[in-house]
Amino acid sequence: MNTSTTLVYDGSFNGFLTAVFVAFDEKINVADIQKNNQTQSGLFSDSETVFTHVEKAKRVWNGIRNKSNNAISSVYFAFLSETEGVEMMLYSYIQKLMRTKNGKYLDYSDPTVLHIAQLAKKVGREKHRMEAFVRFQLTKDDIYFANIEPDFDVLPLISKHFRDRYADQKWLIYDVKRKYGIYYNLDHVEMVSLNLKDIHHNKTIKSDAFTTEEYEYQTLWNNYFKSTNIASRINPKLHTQHVPKRYWKYLSEKKEAV
Amino acid sequence: MNFDRIRDKLNILADAAKYDVSCASSGSNRTNSNKGLGNASKMGICHTYTADGRCVSLLKILLTNHCIFDCAYCVTRKSNDVPRAAFKVQEVVDLTINFYRRNYIEGLFLSSGIFKSADHTMERLVAVAKKLREEENFNGYIHLKSIPGASDELMYEAGLYADRLSVNIEVPTISGLKLLAPDKKHEDFTKPMEKVKNEIVRYKSERKIIKSTPKYAPAGQSTQMIVGASGESDKDIMYSATYYYKKYHMKRVYYSGYVPVTQDSRLPSIGSEVPMLRENRLYQTDWLLRFYGFSIGEILNKQHPNLDMDVDPKLSWALRNLHYFPVDVNTADKRLLARIPGIGMQSVSKIIKARKFRKLNWDHLKKIGVALNRAQYFMVCESRDWERRDLDADKIKGMILKNSKGKFRNQYSTQLSLFN
Ligand code: SF4
Repeated sequence: MNTSTTLVYDGSFNGFLTAVFVAFDEKINVADIQKNNQTQSGLFSDSETVFTHVEKAKRVWNGIRNKSNNAISSVYFAFLSETEGVEMMLYSYIQKLMRTKNGKYLDYSDPTVLHIAQLAKKVGREKHRMEAFVRFQLTKDDIYFANIEPDFDVLPLISKHFRDRYADQKWLIYDVKRKYGIYYNLDHVEMVSLNLKDIHHNKTIKSDAFTTEEYEYQTLWNNYFKSTNIASRINPKLHTQHVPKRYWKYLSEKKEAV
Repeated sequence: MNFDRIRDKLNILADAAKYDVSCASSGSNRTNSNKGLGNASKMGICHTYTADGRCVSLLKILLTNHCIFDCAYCVTRKSNDVPRAAFKVQEVVDLTINFYRRNYIEGLFLSSGIFKSADHTMERLVAVAKKLREEENFNGYIHLKSIPGASDELMYEAGLYADRLSVNIEVPTISGLKLLAPDKKHEDFTKPMEKVKNEIVRYKSERKIIKSTPKYAPAGQSTQMIVGASGESDKDIMYSATYYYKKYHMKRVYYSGYVPVTQDSRLPSIGSEVPMLRENRLYQTDWLLRFYGFSIGEILNKQHPNLDMDVDPKLSWALRNLHYFPVDVNTADKRLLARIPGIGMQSVSKIIKARKFRKLNWDHLKKIGVALNRAQYFMVCESRDWERRDLDADKIKGMILKNSKGKFRNQYSTQLSLFN
């Protein structure tokens, strides 16, 4: 009998791609691919730790991209959904993709393909929302700072957007849930891990981390938001559909509502 | 900056600007190549939504709500008793920059009441845009509302700094304009439009030869018409719209249901309902004209000067033209497919792709996203069942209405009285 192996990786996307490389290269019968901090030993499988290897990861990345641009972004987006068991699903997706001759592997009647596409779409939507709903606050150190708490791990996806847009100001976007941030130092964006004591959502109490001017602009924006409302056209259902309540605590225009 | 004063001004001047609906931030592509602030992306981003569910992507304000004119439909009109305020050029610049840096907005939509003269006002609007671009290195979106009657020179300058320009004609008929905006002449609107159109054409052709030619109003022009203020028919509105699309290459025409803001015997009284359903029908019609290959005369004409309120304009057209149907989805060309009620342009292209592999049946069509509730009466596919049998238009309409719960169904009952 062919024994199966659980591959354990460090949780990074490159780590995952390395695991895929190893599995293909060594023709491993893969039982599961798991992050090293949440491994559960299978009863009938051995486990093997995979060390992230950027070159190997790159080869898998290029292999997928050469098949289809659409697929490579689906794989990356779906991975960032952090859905339990997504690694195995992606593994089988990549296997199917590699087997097809023509690159346009888009048979949505296949449940794996459909599922990956749906996950990627959800993550894409969250990315778009974060580009809209990030609210920077100016700190006394002259850094524009924002907290976010997205459902999915979208920081890597929004980094370029903010770098292109805010090329002349220092900024830091911090993911409260995942406890890391991306910081732009006027030259490039780097990943930073911080352990913040204070989470700055839009409380009415002022923090002395921020400039006094900061609160003036928040008030102006908050007022502006109120005056855009046309009472005779009000539609709360449509409103919360566009701005789901879970985002409100980080939106300065929603201060009183929180 | 004196924040208390700014706050008062902002309250007044944002409130007065909110009735302008032409505030999309899309359609431009100003990239941040100077290591400055911002870029305008083709898609545009809504940063938040008003309580009525409309996208907020731009800081939309008036430079001032002082006005020497007296247009009946306007809150800012001279005879209206409201608090007045005016921003300084630098104040608008600071607000825009500081809101933009905090990721509140995609850019600025700046409009104004007319103080002193059209040119005097326009000059200031241009000064704001110029400052933003040249002093602040700002690459975000700027939409300037042109002041009716502004000179060619100023319109020319405006287009160098703004992404989009608009002149709101507001009243779709010349007679209505005379009645409701006695200070304005039709040419006051068309002259600036003509100028901008010509410059856009000129710059585009120059750009083909000299790559470094700067951009001129890259997101084009738009205009807005108020709906339900001057007793005009849907036909009047849409024929005007078509004229402006053709003659001045409008990117968009917006339709804005009239919100009664002043008591005036020429207008619906305060408290009258905003004709939102009608507004929606006009947008649907606009859509059919721009993307579905319909011509205006097919939808609105002497016999049908107004759109149906109970069904959308495409269904309404189909019910009047049953002789085109049923269409065979497996063979019909793109143009005909697009005319089937319940089939959108996205479905059209999916159908054309999918039917290369197999003949499509009801199940396939449902998966593609066709609204069969409407479509079933107007088409045949790979199936023996064909729903229309020998139903006439009234019966089909009745059956569709019985099975639909459109987003305006609830309002329909209260809206009805407005349109009878
Ligand atoms: S000119 Fe413009 S601001 Fe002045 S009253 Fe007429 S519509 Fe209003």
